[in-house]
Amino acid sequence: MSVEAAPLAWPQEEAPQEKLMLDPRPPEEMNEMVLNAMKKTGWRYWTVVGGLALLVLIGLVGAWGYQILEGMGVAGIRRPVYWGVYITNFVFWIGISHSGTFVSAILRVFRAEFRRPFTRAAELMTSFALVVAGMYPLIHLGRTWRFYWMIPYPNQRQLWPNFHSPLEWDMLAIFTYLVGSTIYLYLPLIPDLAMARDRSTGWRRRLYRLLALGWRGTEAEWHHLKTAINIFAFAIIPVMFSVHTIVAWDFGMTMTPGWHSSIFGPYFVVGAIFSGVSAVVMVLVIVRKAMKLDYFLRPEHFDALGKIVLVFSFAWTYFFFADYLTEWYGGEAVSRELLTLQAHGPVAPLWYLMLITNIVIPWLTLWNRRVRTSPRLMFFITFSINVGMYIERYIIVAGNLTRNRLPFDWGVYNPSLVEILISIGSLSTFILLYALATRLLPLIPVWEVQEGQFAHSLRRIGRSLVPSITELD
Amino acid sequence: MPEQEHHWVMVIDLDRCNGCQACVVACHAENNVPTVGAEGVVHGRAMHWLHVERFWEGEYPDVKARFVPLMCQQCGHAPCEPVCPVFATYHNEVENINAQIYNRCIGTRYCANNCPYIARVFNWFDPEFPEPLNEQLNPDVTVRRRGIMEKCTFCIQRIRRAEENAAAEERPLNDGDVQPACAQSCPTEAITFGDLGDPESRVARLVRSGRSFRLLEELGTEPAVVYLKEGDVYVG
Repeated sequence: MSVEAAPLAWPQEEAPQEKLMLDPRPPEEMNEMVLNAMKKTGWRYWTVVGGLALLVLIGLVGAWGYQILEGMGVAGIRRPVYWGVYITNFVFWIGISHSGTFVSAILRVFRAEFRRPFTRAAELMTSFALVVAGMYPLIHLGRTWRFYWMIPYPNQRQLWPNFHSPLEWDMLAIFTYLVGSTIYLYLPLIPDLAMARDRSTGWRRRLYRLLALGWRGTEAEWHHLKTAINIFAFAIIPVMFSVHTIVAWDFGMTMTPGWHSSIFGPYFVVGAIFSGVSAVVMVLVIVRKAMKLDYFLRPEHFDALGKIVLVFSFAWTYFFFADYLTEWYGGEAVSRELLTLQAHGPVAPLWYLMLITNIVIPWLTLWNRRVRTSPRLMFFITFSINVGMYIERYIIVAGNLTRNRLPFDWGVYNPSLVEILISIGSLSTFILLYALATRLLPLIPVWEVQEGQFAHSLRRIGRSLVPSITELD
Repeated sequence: MPEQEHHWVMVIDLDRCNGCQACVVACHAENNVPTVGAEGVVHGRAMHWLHVERFWEGEYPDVKARFVPLMCQQCGHAPCEPVCPVFATYHNEVENINAQIYNRCIGTRYCANNCPYIARVFNWFDPEFPEPLNEQLNPDVTVRRRGIMEKCTFCIQRIRRAEENAAAEERPLNDGDVQPACAQSCPTEAITFGDLGDPESRVARLVRSGRSFRLLEELGTEPAVVYLKEGDVYVG
């Protein structure tokens, strides 16, 4: 009996042409696509910008101004919960800021080719999220107008800041990260700014001429730029780890029940990347739809990011479990009280919601390639993950403070209207900055995409087409 | 490092405390601590530097109230000190007191979160002293404005005054010269204040009495407030 041999097919998940790297278009057409997306502003765009600006005014000028004039009492924080939504927001936004470095620097260092079209979108998130996060230490100060006393400078009081305080480490780490990540955002932007300069007129031309620093695209310039990007890509990674580790140490270094934990450093870093990469997905979905960047941002990219999110969901669960189990097994009275509070107390609905959004939903959906390649589904999943990660920070910051060793001082915390308005205002600040940046800066690193497409080719081996990559560096 | 002159210690006899709260009132009056009204207290905005914690023991009808007056424990190894980024809370080596410099405070409230005794209070608003309380503000003590952390100082202004008086009279400081407002006002004399460095002082004898313990001693904060166990039924 003879069996007809089926033609041996290469196990292709998708046609190779669906990949951006294997679907090149003429460079000039690509430049036009990015420039047109940047220059188009309809009434819808200006409505969104106007609405956001109004929310920023209400939240940051109105509510924050009121708080500065009246005192911290207008916030809901109360003894013994001295830190509430403000510090929760701070940790949350620092977490979001990790996306840029993770998605851009780490993937660049490991030469993950799928990173090329969306590194800039992620790096922009880092800088803007840091600006928003950096506002919170000021917002939460009782005497905001004295914030500069934390800066080490020779002063008439002849007093340095206290370098033993984790808050001081925090300030220095965030400042370093903001400077480093902004330079890291700027370096790969230069060739694209030059591209925009050569193709625009009027104020845009003047702006880009200034920003492009006279880039001409000579061999030496490319060499220097690549070297600088490489140095920064490596150098920014430890800075990123240090920032969220130190944010975690704000809590871990204390002797407050529920905070004092040696695992908080890596736990917070993993949680930050989890929520940060999820936020990148959200931004990419919105940008792709609003700016019609379907050519650059494809299902393959959501697929790849979905895998990263799933892996970090596993990692986050591992750290969460390790932290929880240690506390529970240790069995100290106040730890037991805190864990009971999470499972049965007033924060219980939030706590269970967090477990669903951070563990159940990603684990049940993201293993599926069809889910990962659907931008709409990915948006909902990553949105719910960010809700869950916000809850996680809220329970750690505010929830843990409601219980302490001496039961007479237990308390309840509910955010006040001022705290909610300021939170909305800062979220609007982030979206507003991003919305403005999408119209001022080329959101897609065109030269990186073109470089990648140049390096990729399809080679015919026998009857099948095999993608191959040429090493450029 | 300057030489430590005294080791100020407060001893509180829980057996004598009947929860009358005279010490709380005296503390408010002495240290210009503002009141916040019933609503503020319910909202967790009470400013008491010293509060009397009340615990119920047993089941109805066999119930007993226990009182623990609690203020800043003036820890020898204080968790609030290292976390302050601007040195507003620091250790006064001379008096062995945990000092709070109001002018330096920027209001991060980190110290309050790290205090295991929840002894610190925050100025949520600018203080208000309604008539006639404004007539009796203590000129020896600053009135603090909004956004600043504060706490029990062991009535450091009284310690200073007693030291100055003794110096003026060219005599050493005697046991009992320094009386914080709470100790002075306690009708049952549950609170004793003095120098533990002097082995013959009243506090030194009370600390040696065998009934003494310190709150949350296991944390290693080395509080300067010593409690005396209740002699009758205390199981501890």
